[in-house]
Amino acid sequence: MIEIKDLHKSYKMGKNSLHVLKGINFSVEEGELVSIMGSSGSGKSTLLNILGMLDEADEGSYTLDGVPIKNLNEKLAAQYRNKFLGFIFQSFNLINYKSALDNVALPLFYQGVKRSERIERSMAYLEKVGLAAWADHKPNELSGGQKQRVAIARALASDPKVLLADELTGALDSKTSYEIMDLIQQINDEGRTILVVTHEEDIAQMCKRIVNLKDGVIIDDKKITQVRAQQNV
Amino acid sequence: MFSLERWQEVFETISKNKLRTFLTGVSVASGIFILVILLGVSVGFQNGIESQFQNDAENIINIYPGETAISFEGFNKGRRIQLRNEDYEIVTENSKQEIEYKSPLYQIFAGLISHGNNSGNYRVEGVLPDYQYLEKADIIEGRFINANDNKAKEKYAVIGNRVKKDLFEDESPVGKYIQVSGLNFKVVGVFTDPGGDREETRIYVPIATSQIVFGAGTDIRSMGFTLPKEENYDLALKQSNAFAAQAERMLKTKLQIDPKDESALFISNNIENTKEIYVLISAMRVFFWGVGLATLLAGIIGVSNIMLIIVKERTKEIGIRKALGAEPLSIVGMILHESIFVTSISGLFGLIFGLVLLEIVGPMVELDFIKNPSVNFSIAVSTLLLLIAAGAIAGFFPAWRGARIKPIDALRDE
Ligand SMILES: Nc1ncnc2c1ncn2[C@@H]1O[C@H](COP(=O)(O)OP(=O)(O)OP(=O)(O)O)[C@@H](O)[C@H]1O
Ligand SMILES: [Mg+2]
Repeated sequence: MIEIKDLHKSYKMGKNSLHVLKGINFSVEEGELVSIMGSSGSGKSTLLNILGMLDEADEGSYTLDGVPIKNLNEKLAAQYRNKFLGFIFQSFNLINYKSALDNVALPLFYQGVKRSERIERSMAYLEKVGLAAWADHKPNELSGGQKQRVAIARALASDPKVLLADELTGALDSKTSYEIMDLIQQINDEGRTILVVTHEEDIAQMCKRIVNLKDGVIIDDKKITQVRAQQNV
Repeated sequence: MFSLERWQEVFETISKNKLRTFLTGVSVASGIFILVILLGVSVGFQNGIESQFQNDAENIINIYPGETAISFEGFNKGRRIQLRNEDYEIVTENSKQEIEYKSPLYQIFAGLISHGNNSGNYRVEGVLPDYQYLEKADIIEGRFINANDNKAKEKYAVIGNRVKKDLFEDESPVGKYIQVSGLNFKVVGVFTDPGGDREETRIYVPIATSQIVFGAGTDIRSMGFTLPKEENYDLALKQSNAFAAQAERMLKTKLQIDPKDESALFISNNIENTKEIYVLISAMRVFFWGVGLATLLAGIIGVSNIMLIIVKERTKEIGIRKALGAEPLSIVGMILHESIFVTSISGLFGLIFGLVLLEIVGPMVELDFIKNPSVNFSIAVSTLLLLIAAGAIAGFFPAWRGARIKPIDALRDE
């Protein structure tokens, strides 16, 4: 599903240049649930942004579902993001003047789906995350956990190949975190490929594979026995 | 670019952000309002100046006959030329220029007119309905001669205010009778004329009636025309000269006059008198449009600024939209669409408000130099187009900024 080879990325700041990713090689099969770990500043978010086509690597190759991701213009990047990827952020990034339902429907709007169908499909995803009753509520009327559920429904709405989550439980207490991870596991159980950036060990243990990043290189990459979140709720 | 789906999206955004929409709207609405009022006042000035300047329609072209000075086609020189109804028709029917007002004239200079015990000598003029505008006669009571009066050869008369004072004193003359050459004429109207007493000692009757009553057959004494106003003096001059030359050519052929004969037919073309008016009016129009556009420009800059702030405020939202698959062009479209929509709607409010105000208050305004300020349809339409352009201009810079927002920067957690 994802295949990256010898990926390099540096940030230029004035005369200095900060080499953040120093040759990453890594691939993800369809249906995997991978956590990317590492200390602060190790380059996790940078890697995820490149995978999410929000940023570009300086060197190396990246193939997503057989499509080479190279020299994208903004328009094509937007189309690919819409088609291939769903994003889940630490701070939810919902649009605050739109209802939960309209937030979920937004990727479908950019896919050109008709309004009635948008509503119908978004409602189904809200149901899936257990928030059908909250469809008309604005984000500021929802709890953190509920907001993240809406964000997950939104990420799923365009039926993407891969979900990319950056610290998706970073703003939540541990009980709510586990509930969210339970949902992530269920979605993964249905066969969806998911990448989760985290620095919390217990969250990482709920994935099926842990990739450890340090100083811009992968120092460890191992499959693990998944801890079911359900048991901790 | 403006699909139904986006309309819904834009409408939702606008209606859920009422305060900022309102603030944007107010600045555009007031800009347009001021523009409309200014344009209305400018038209008022124009009306005022036109009514002040002259007694008769300032661009009138009069044609009247003289005596030939050159013998031609077997006629001796010194022949008196007589104009007839058919000559008037030749000119009106064959003119390449559009004619605004037209009328032939038959008059007797000292008709004995009486009412009861009062009597006097007044000029009696047989005319067609347009003559009212050629003379700038203002009806103060009743009405002017109309087309039916002429067709039916009614013995109706419209009398000058002086005539009314002389013959009727304080009585209202409309519906009463006066004797003209011993025949009873019913008074249907009273007029005043900017020419004052001299021109108010006249009596207008239908020309067909006058030709019968005074035994004139189909004779007329002269004919008068005006052409519609043009955009500028040069054009007006050109049209007017072309009309005069053409009329002269046709009449000279018809009346068998040597084309070089300069005393057989006189054409007085007043167009040159209008030069100053045209210049003054166009200067004023430039001034008012200038002030108005400057006001509007200030409005546009205001809207642009507000939109820019809005875009800044919405940086994160735009970042989210882009991450979810919004192309840069769709962000540009969204912001432009919003800007144009808000400016057009609020501008429309300002426009309507201004027009309504002019419609209600305008007719009441009658100062020396401002008369009936109003805005015509074409100006209203061009302001509307201007508005849409204004919305696009105001939205352009913010839209461009919006399109350049990088989602990775917009979404970075602080
Ligand atoms: N836009 C940028 N410009 C300059 N330096 C950057 C930029 N983004 C990230 N960096 C630097 O690159 C390094 C890696 O950043 P990154 O955000 O990938 O770390 P991270 O592993 O996600 O850390 P954390 O766990 O704190 O989120 C850091 O040293 C950071 O300061
Ligand atoms: Mg990070």
